[in-house]
Amino acid sequence: MKLVIGNANIYGEKIVDIEITDGVITKIADANSLKADVDAKGMIAIPGLVDLHTHLREPGREDSETVSTGTAAAARGGFTAVHAMANTTPVADNAGVVEQIYRLGQESGFCDVFPIGAVTQGLEGTALAELGAMADSKARVRVFSDDGKCVHDPVLMRRALEYVKAFDGCIAQHAQEPKLTVDAQMNEGEVSSVLGLRGWPKVAEEAIIARDVLLAEHVGARLHICHLSTAGSVEIIRWAKSRGINVTAEVTPHHLILTDDSARTYDPVYKVNPPLRTQEDVEALRAALADGTIDIVATDHAPHPSEDKECEWSAAAFGMLGLETALPIVNTVMVSAGLIGWRDVARVMSTKPAQIGRVANHGQEIAEGQIANLAFIDPDYEVTIDRNETASKSRNNPFHGMKLKGRVGLTVLRGKQTYKAEWL
Amino acid sequence: MKHLLSAADLSKESAIEILDTAAELARISDRPVKKLPTLRGRTIVNLFFEDSTRTRISFEAAAKRLSADVINFSAKGSSISKGESLKDTALTLEAMGADGVVIRHHASGAAHLLANSGWIASSVVNAGDGTHEHPTQALLDAYTLRSHLKNGQGDLNGVKVVIVGDILHSRVARSNVLLLKTLGAHVTLVAPPTLLPVGIENWPCEFSYDFDSALKGADAVMMLRVQNERMNAAFFPSTQEYSRRYGLDSRRADLLGKNGIVLHPGPMNRGLEISSEVADGARSVIVEQVTNGVSVRMAVLYLLLGGESSAE
Repeated sequence: MKLVIGNANIYGEKIVDIEITDGVITKIADANSLKADVDAKGMIAIPGLVDLHTHLREPGREDSETVSTGTAAAARGGFTAVHAMANTTPVADNAGVVEQIYRLGQESGFCDVFPIGAVTQGLEGTALAELGAMADSKARVRVFSDDGKCVHDPVLMRRALEYVKAFDGCIAQHAQEPKLTVDAQMNEGEVSSVLGLRGWPKVAEEAIIARDVLLAEHVGARLHICHLSTAGSVEIIRWAKSRGINVTAEVTPHHLILTDDSARTYDPVYKVNPPLRTQEDVEALRAALADGTIDIVATDHAPHPSEDKECEWSAAAFGMLGLETALPIVNTVMVSAGLIGWRDVARVMSTKPAQIGRVANHGQEIAEGQIANLAFIDPDYEVTIDRNETASKSRNNPFHGMKLKGRVGLTVLRGKQTYKAEWL
Repeated sequence: MKHLLSAADLSKESAIEILDTAAELARISDRPVKKLPTLRGRTIVNLFFEDSTRTRISFEAAAKRLSADVINFSAKGSSISKGESLKDTALTLEAMGADGVVIRHHASGAAHLLANSGWIASSVVNAGDGTHEHPTQALLDAYTLRSHLKNGQGDLNGVKVVIVGDILHSRVARSNVLLLKTLGAHVTLVAPPTLLPVGIENWPCEFSYDFDSALKGADAVMMLRVQNERMNAAFFPSTQEYSRRYGLDSRRADLLGKNGIVLHPGPMNRGLEISSEVADGARSVIVEQVTNGVSVRMAVLYLLLGGESSAE
């Protein structure tokens, strides 16, 4: 089967026609030299995006999202692969559950789903899950995380880091010292003091990151830090990398654009964990993403049904949607702002997350002979985000009504169009 | 003004209007028949998700003296214990045709949510939301301060007020800081550092860890209730130590200016944050605060709900 996409601007560097045959890029030719099936005029082409941090909610919370709806949302956002977090019900802490999620992903067909395994049994933080069994399963798990909870026991964290070395695994830490954040609701600072909402201090994140980079150095293991949110965390990661510690870090789109000021509305759509921080933190995160201290952008896409958000702030669930708005946000705050180029977008949203996840055939250079996993974005279009224009089952979109730059036009997974915009 | 959610909603003019209205309404409390027909036929719901007999009674008395129909709705623990959600409660009240809702809730922001969610059309009065605000308490405190220190007129320009205790968890302190600043008073907060919120340096007031020096020459001191359970969370080592460092006894009360007064929003922990000698002493205006609470709440309900109906 053949698909020719014409006039695509690859990496914003060169306008070409791309010919795909049976899922493989078979020709990259001069613009207007091939007969195009789809005209991508004005659009940037980058490798299909890879999310290292997605909550698909299935099994257990199919009222908020399923593998099918979540991956459809991913395709609309330009993603060709997502890593499904382990905090499902039952928890993805054994080979059976991770294989089920993997299979559901294959059946959905919208993007590849790579399950993340829990570090500890039931996410309880007391005993290691069968990490090896998940690694050896059909799902080939390489990333392990108790995300939503921190692996706070230092001995358990050390053992997990050591143990996964046997199969080139990686521990993705949700850095949150639990005793410093009991009932915490939002960033601890000026705004929390005025609103009377219990504070989530930055030190609760930074203290765990500092501990874990030292543990990773000590045992020579691979550590990934989930959703880094503070300027202080950036400093610790920068220091760790300068020492040669094998640590990578992610930032979410929402931490790149929103601040704790939005909590003044008491609208729980802005309630997320780790919490939105200050403008100073936002600036530090953008700079760190630009200079490579932060390796990747990951969405932490966290769907919730309306009843978990239409309530008092302290009773509401943590989390916000992210898959469909990630690329417009990165385009708006990073590319349009002149901090990075499209090569960098490809690196932080595709190549590097694929490497951290040890995922083959994603995040590859757009070149002849490569598997055709691609995303196309119209970078200059100003879009007003509408929470109802989504493939997700949930509507907890904090960007509703916000003006962002850029919209995804086409997503291609192994030569198949998994999303094509109506306007294209 | 449609709602009263935060003391920050009040301009100096509107705050003084409430205090002046309260002063007028206070006069009918001296009459044998303590009732005005102003809110006849209107329904006010006291929606209390948290026990607070004194605040509920105060609002109930205020509404009844204005001839409103009062419904007391106690929904303690409702949403968090997986009972009815705030949304469903609000929709129920809306369907019943409540004109005003007085809400007390354990969650900060609950009053704000109720007023801005679109679930109900009625006016909302915040009667205390979590550790956020309690604006009618601040109004009654301002009324009390004004009647003693400013002959019951105008603003509180130049009045020096010290607020002492668990500032971190106190909605009374938050509302007072905002309102007293609006009225021109000078506020100093006093507490052990553990009970002052991070970010307090940006509040429109001073703060100190040293009670004695803050008290010297002040016109008023407001003592906040300190809950015993704070000790278990290591906010302070023992009630005895707290009492020694931050409790108000006669020696300290005499550091106040000559006519300095002592306030407490109640209920008091006698012997912990305040000694009985001071609570019952000549400087104490604590019982008067309760009386003023009814007048101030009458004024708030009158100004929020009274306008339209009086035109009928």
